[in-house]
Amino acid sequence: MAAPEKPGGLLGWLDARFPVSRLWRDHLANYYVPKNLNIWYIFGSLALLVLVNQLLTGIWLTMSYRPSPEEAFASIEYIMRDVEWGWLIRYLHTTGASALFIVVYLHMFRGLLYGSYKAPRELVWVFGMALYLILMAEAFMGYLLPWGQMSYWGAQVITSFFSAVPSIGPGLAEWVRGDYVVSGATLNRFFALHVIALPLVILGLVVLHIVALHEVGSNNPDGIEINALKDDAGKPVDGIPFHPYYTVKDLVGVAIFLFVFCGVVFYFPEGGGFFIEQPNFAPADPLNTPDHIAPVWYFTPFYAILRGVNFSLLGLDARFLGVVFMGGAIAVLFVLPWLDRSPVRSMRYKGWMSKLMLAVFIASFVALGVLGVLPPTPVRTRLAQLFTVLYFAYFLLMPLYTRLEKNRPVPKRVTG
Amino acid sequence: MKQYVMALFLWLLPMTAMAQEEARNVTSMSPDLQDSASLQNGLKLYVNYCLGCHTLSYQRFSRTADDLGIPEALMKDSVMFSSSLSFNDAMHNALSDGDAAQWWGAAPPDLSLTTRLRGVDWVYSFLLGFYRDPARPTGVNNTVYESVAMPNVLEPLQGVQELDCRQARPLALGGGGRCQQLSVTAPGELSPDAFEKAVYDITNFLAYVGEPSRLKAQNIGPKVLFFIFVFSVFAYLLKREYWKDVR
Repeated sequence: MAAPEKPGGLLGWLDARFPVSRLWRDHLANYYVPKNLNIWYIFGSLALLVLVNQLLTGIWLTMSYRPSPEEAFASIEYIMRDVEWGWLIRYLHTTGASALFIVVYLHMFRGLLYGSYKAPRELVWVFGMALYLILMAEAFMGYLLPWGQMSYWGAQVITSFFSAVPSIGPGLAEWVRGDYVVSGATLNRFFALHVIALPLVILGLVVLHIVALHEVGSNNPDGIEINALKDDAGKPVDGIPFHPYYTVKDLVGVAIFLFVFCGVVFYFPEGGGFFIEQPNFAPADPLNTPDHIAPVWYFTPFYAILRGVNFSLLGLDARFLGVVFMGGAIAVLFVLPWLDRSPVRSMRYKGWMSKLMLAVFIASFVALGVLGVLPPTPVRTRLAQLFTVLYFAYFLLMPLYTRLEKNRPVPKRVTG
Repeated sequence: MKQYVMALFLWLLPMTAMAQEEARNVTSMSPDLQDSASLQNGLKLYVNYCLGCHTLSYQRFSRTADDLGIPEALMKDSVMFSSSLSFNDAMHNALSDGDAAQWWGAAPPDLSLTTRLRGVDWVYSFLLGFYRDPARPTGVNNTVYESVAMPNVLEPLQGVQELDCRQARPLALGGGGRCQQLSVTAPGELSPDAFEKAVYDITNFLAYVGEPSRLKAQNIGPKVLFFIFVFSVFAYLLKREYWKDVR
């Protein structure tokens, strides 16, 4: 490829000092992406869009929010009623939180479906998982800020997980809360972490995630490398530049997403009690525990795993074991690239065992999510245990079934 | 596998039954925030019968007047009863929590967010659900909120309401097949239908107070969605044009 002409004017001045044109070429105009990416590939762009929405609306919410137990709840109502467009800014933020988890879960599912985590994209996956982990912390801390009943008691329950750690537990929980119970000290530190510390980490991880991705290039539904087959000019024959092809294609996805998103923001901001929970319309009352405490929907699969562990094992008590299982359910995702021993990436060419196990895994994850919303009963606890076993089976048996199964032949070129 | 599917099915069954149980005492209503007459009547009734005890501490008189189309002078004359309150103040009253707790055993809660906390159906059914019960200090009980401390302040409008099948009550109060046949035995100022309409208006007004921005959202929502729809059509056409040369 001929070296691009050196631009003059302002761009020339900038290029001599900062790689504006080079960044544009490397990451957009000359960044080659497989031409067969389907609908599943929109969710990465959407996650970035919603993240930007969270950052901007978050900045404006911070301008009117007061992080103290006496004022927090009232300041939310102040935003909802007295701040110009405050209601819209807040609903964009609350709906955005749930939307972010929806698109991130779909984005992760795409990774599982087409083997996007497999070599050479292990680091893309690991950075992505780190993002997911920090995002959960960010969401959890943000949820305390309205200082409603569910905010308070959800935080009380989740911070008490730390007290389950043997010997150092109670001290650890106290250290996390800054108090014996969730209090103003907790609110202030969660506010600091939610608006400064964690967003910084998230932005850093987004950069790592994208830099790692652009180093190895996007996977595709066929799970084959487009760089293996290049034309005379050195361009992948099955690749097209990200800009303009995928910028305009993503624009369509963004428009459709925004239509649904704004539909929720304007007409169903409570999301049926899942995006904003009803008990959170009562201010936090440390002396009055709600009958049923359920975390927000995006945590419920892990919450169901935690609650499902009601037995002791190897001298570890049930509470601590539950926390270990819950942590393990997230930790195991990090090592996924090294569990998959299949020679092919995409589910299109993997054998029936991989397909079945993925289906079982998704069903278990959804079932655990439903169970985590509902109050526990003996039968539901049994079911949660069953689905926890299936959840882990997907990962722990993966080295076996991906090696044993018979795969279909992988084509040389992408199939559209 | 089969028995697990069966187990899942059996496990879902009682959930539907449970949902019905919770909904049994509650009559549903759907608020209509475009109905200004209803909202204004709701405001009038609220100020006359409720505000004395139940503040709306997040809702300003001025905002209410604006949203419901009530002139400032009229609002000041007929809605604001305290000279110590200004037009831009929240809808407070003169009752202190300490006094209230002493008189009724519990301070009347602020109702700014009550329709969002409990739902409009609950509020509507609660206001319709008072019935005569001589065992209670207030002389009334409630089908939705057992042994509530609040007296039936709407009784002059509604009249005296009774549970029809009272012989079932002592046992039934603990749960089980609770008797729900309410009927007015001594008429009030309003006919039962007119009273239900009045309660609808109060609930409608409280639904508005719970989320005054809903009026704005209903106003802007269609425009935003229309814009995004048109945008998505052009975005699609642009995408089609660019992708023509991708084979």
